[in-house]
Amino acid sequence: MSAFLAAAGGPELAFPVLSMLVFVPAAGALAIAVLSRRRPEYMKLTALLASVFTGALSIWVLQAFHGDDGGFQFVSKHPWIETWGISWHLGVDGISLFLVVLTGVLFPLAIVGIDPHNDDPARDKPYFAWLLLLEAGVMGSFLSLDLFLFFVFFEIVLVPMYFLIGGWGYEGRVYAATKFFLYTMIGSAFMLVSILATVFIARANGLGRITFDLIELAEGADFAVSTGRWLFFGFAVAFAVKVPVFPLHTWLPDAHTQAPTAGSVVLAGVMLKLGTYGFLRFGLYLFPEAARWSRSLWLTLAVIGIIYGAIAATMQKDLKRLVAYSSVAHLGFIVLGTFAFTSQAITGSVMQMVNHGVSTGALFLLVGMIYERRHTRQISELRGIQHVAPIFAAAFMVVMLSSIGVPGLNGFVGEYLILIGSFLTARWWVVVAATGVILAALYLLWAYQRVFHGEPDEENRTFPELRWREAMTLLPFIGIIVFTGVYPKPMLERIEPAVGALIEHVSDRTGYVEPQPAAVVPADDGADHADDGHGEEG
Amino acid sequence: MLAQEFLGPSIDWFALSPYLMTVGGALLLMVVGALTPLWPRGLYAGVTIAVSIVAGVLSLLVWDDIADGGATTLVAGALARDTFAQFLTLTVLVATILVVLVTDGELRGSDGDGPEVYALLLTAATGAMIMGSANDLIVMFLGLETLSLALYVLAASDRRRNASQESGLKYFILGGFASAVFLYGIAMLYGGARSTNISEITTFFRDTVTVGRNDALVLVGIALLLVGLAFKVAAVPFHMWSPDVYQGAPSNITAFMASVGKAAAFAAMLRVLVVALPFHRDDWRPVVWVLAVASLVVGSLLAVVQTDVKRMLAYSSVSHAGFLLVGVEAAGHRAGELDAGSGLQSVLVYLMLYGVLVAGTFAVVTVVARNHEGDTGLDAFAGLAQRRPALALGLTVFLLAQAGVPLTGGFLAKWGVIQAAVDEGSYAVAIIAMVAAVVAAFLYLRIMVSVWLQPSPEGVVTERVPAMTGLAVTVAVVITIGVGVWPDWLLSVTESVSTYAR
Repeated sequence: MSAFLAAAGGPELAFPVLSMLVFVPAAGALAIAVLSRRRPEYMKLTALLASVFTGALSIWVLQAFHGDDGGFQFVSKHPWIETWGISWHLGVDGISLFLVVLTGVLFPLAIVGIDPHNDDPARDKPYFAWLLLLEAGVMGSFLSLDLFLFFVFFEIVLVPMYFLIGGWGYEGRVYAATKFFLYTMIGSAFMLVSILATVFIARANGLGRITFDLIELAEGADFAVSTGRWLFFGFAVAFAVKVPVFPLHTWLPDAHTQAPTAGSVVLAGVMLKLGTYGFLRFGLYLFPEAARWSRSLWLTLAVIGIIYGAIAATMQKDLKRLVAYSSVAHLGFIVLGTFAFTSQAITGSVMQMVNHGVSTGALFLLVGMIYERRHTRQISELRGIQHVAPIFAAAFMVVMLSSIGVPGLNGFVGEYLILIGSFLTARWWVVVAATGVILAALYLLWAYQRVFHGEPDEENRTFPELRWREAMTLLPFIGIIVFTGVYPKPMLERIEPAVGALIEHVSDRTGYVEPQPAAVVPADDGADHADDGHGEEG
Repeated sequence: MLAQEFLGPSIDWFALSPYLMTVGGALLLMVVGALTPLWPRGLYAGVTIAVSIVAGVLSLLVWDDIADGGATTLVAGALARDTFAQFLTLTVLVATILVVLVTDGELRGSDGDGPEVYALLLTAATGAMIMGSANDLIVMFLGLETLSLALYVLAASDRRRNASQESGLKYFILGGFASAVFLYGIAMLYGGARSTNISEITTFFRDTVTVGRNDALVLVGIALLLVGLAFKVAAVPFHMWSPDVYQGAPSNITAFMASVGKAAAFAAMLRVLVVALPFHRDDWRPVVWVLAVASLVVGSLLAVVQTDVKRMLAYSSVSHAGFLLVGVEAAGHRAGELDAGSGLQSVLVYLMLYGVLVAGTFAVVTVVARNHEGDTGLDAFAGLAQRRPALALGLTVFLLAQAGVPLTGGFLAKWGVIQAAVDEGSYAVAIIAMVAAVVAAFLYLRIMVSVWLQPSPEGVVTERVPAMTGLAVTVAVVITIGVGVWPDWLLSVTESVSTYAR
């Protein structure tokens, strides 16, 4: 607790960099909205400028971040709705840092990498405006330290995503967009009531006044056991829909499959993380007792998600749908790590959130490129692409291996940390979950084999090779994949203090003692595990 | 010679000036308008808006007096002079101005143009203001009838369309019935409390101990009053009239019904239940709870299966009434106490924001309807974004706000009501309300899909947007987003509405 309290102030900067992260894309969206419809060529340029600037800011935050500090940094706090005790309170810590950077990097790539399939150039305008608005909303969600503010951003992202899927998606887009909107909104309905109840009950139990400030609520409020559990449940429904946790996942395959490529990239890359991030930031931090109490439920659902997602992915005929189901499985791992309540597992979860964003984002880009070339996503209609487009196939291979979790690539580090970290507290769940790794290899390699191997038939013989622009888009993805796979230490170093502070908070509140691994190397250096594991498997 | 000289009550003319202003405006339009030939373009609307603005300014000045001198009653206790009344007056006037702008866009240059509609709108607005300010049930009934009678005529004011006549007649018959029930309730309550004055009713129940629940007259009276008011706010199961009437009436008049009519009826409901009958709150609160849940569920579900946009909005308005009833229920928990909670405030804020929203929504509907000869089916909206992107954007803002998406006034309104309910521990109704809001969101999405995602059919002429209607939409969008982003001032300003006169 002390670490959190001490850090709550954080290094305050005169330059409100976090607010800029929200306002720059929003301003970009506004600029596009007022640009003349007759100059479509400026739309993409403006969008690119705004998103690149945001990305640069996020990278600046990354390098200015104090890695050994487990609390919130760059905190910016201004009263907003004083009558209700609501403030514009932003801050970043090791848990949100890489998600912010991921958001900052992913959007420019999604904008430059792939164009919306617009017949009418005038439709570029709303497309890019929605995309930037989405970025502002996602950034805001990851940075908010005020429950009201978080809810505002969490809800507001639905609108641009709805229009992106509905306006630029594929055949079943209206159905998918509506389903996506309503599913998430049902979850939010529970969260809204829960947020309000949290605030009012906290007023009666320890705080004495109305405030929506996350840190004040988490540190100052003292909920009765059963109350805390009810409140946690309200939040958990919203996050479980967003993750999505089995059995609330059914919106995801539709939304992913029907969304335009940039939409899928953003959806898989960052938006799903709003759920897992929410569990960590608002679930575990605000209601540690309830989270501990309900962990068996979440672990079980996570493991079901891993296995079910993998099996469902194996059965898919549509390549994009396959990747969508693989997301269900991957996010199961993240939930598993979150509710294992060990530093290693949670660190692994945070890392896996980023890894999944990178590798699945890249996979969706690649599938989008396949669709652009062949106008089909059906696995059965694709064959032998490796022969005609070897570089394309190689890029696909690297990204796919990262998604499988092959040692030396980023996916391995996160998954391995989750599994080994959870082993102490959730042994049997880990045993089942580990088979999910094998299944991942099964469905992805089988898909690769069907799409890329064999003799190309008539239609696939003219499959164009990777273009320069596409290669340049994929390069950062592959760079991150290889770099974090080989050298995850800088990333883990920044995540761990924040996770340690969170675990300490849970211990303070519930008396939970984190089991220390006896046989394994001390938990202070995650990179070593990765290297160890690398050696073992290799 | 009579021994006693008749002493009239002392009258604070200044505090009455907003009502006198609107009545005077209506008379002016009626008398002068009848004696002169057709006024030049837009002058009727201009006069109406000027009158409304002056009345609003006067109301603000009265508000200022109240802030200094506290809440009192006027004209021997017939009217209340408190911030509750002034805020409602302002709500009514803002909505009236928006509706008048749309009406001008609709009527100017057509053969329906004339002073009558504007005079009736001002009359109805006066009735609504009286309803919200009444401190006597008989005065409230007068306000109710002034509003209703004007609305019956307005609903039937489009002489060329049979649907409009039908709508007016339906509204008249059912509304008259509801008014009778309401009046009967007043009579019963008079039998039990020996007064129709709200202050005296409250005092009576404070000082009188009823033994063994021997107050059948009072309870029957409350029940009848509730039925009458529930009809006026279109709460389930007294909502049957609203889809037909909303659909049949001219769209600008529907906007007036949904904004001003609803605001006045809810203000009256708060006056009757929270102000006059706080000592019976345990009797009426469960009824309000049931009405709220029924309106939320039935309104949202039936809204989704409609195919006509005006009918959709009618049912969604029923669902909104459910939300408002959640706020009334929350206000009921601590009615009459010193620390009354935020229920009453949340309802009044909701009324203001919803009034703006619904006026804006129907402004767009007016434009589309005229382009399709009065057809307001979902198909008429197909491809609106291609033809009129700005108008489509405005409609989208209103629909998202009605669905409760953050950074809009609609979200703020819902948040306030749910906050009040959760503060009182009414978790069940809060969750039901939020889930109903999601169901209702499907309806707004349906309209948005039609507007944005469906191609504009061949041969559809681009809508002509009259400047005044465009202005109304712009103003409503600015208010909706402005309040959504920066709500603090509205919340602090309305904090004093809970200290009403009694």
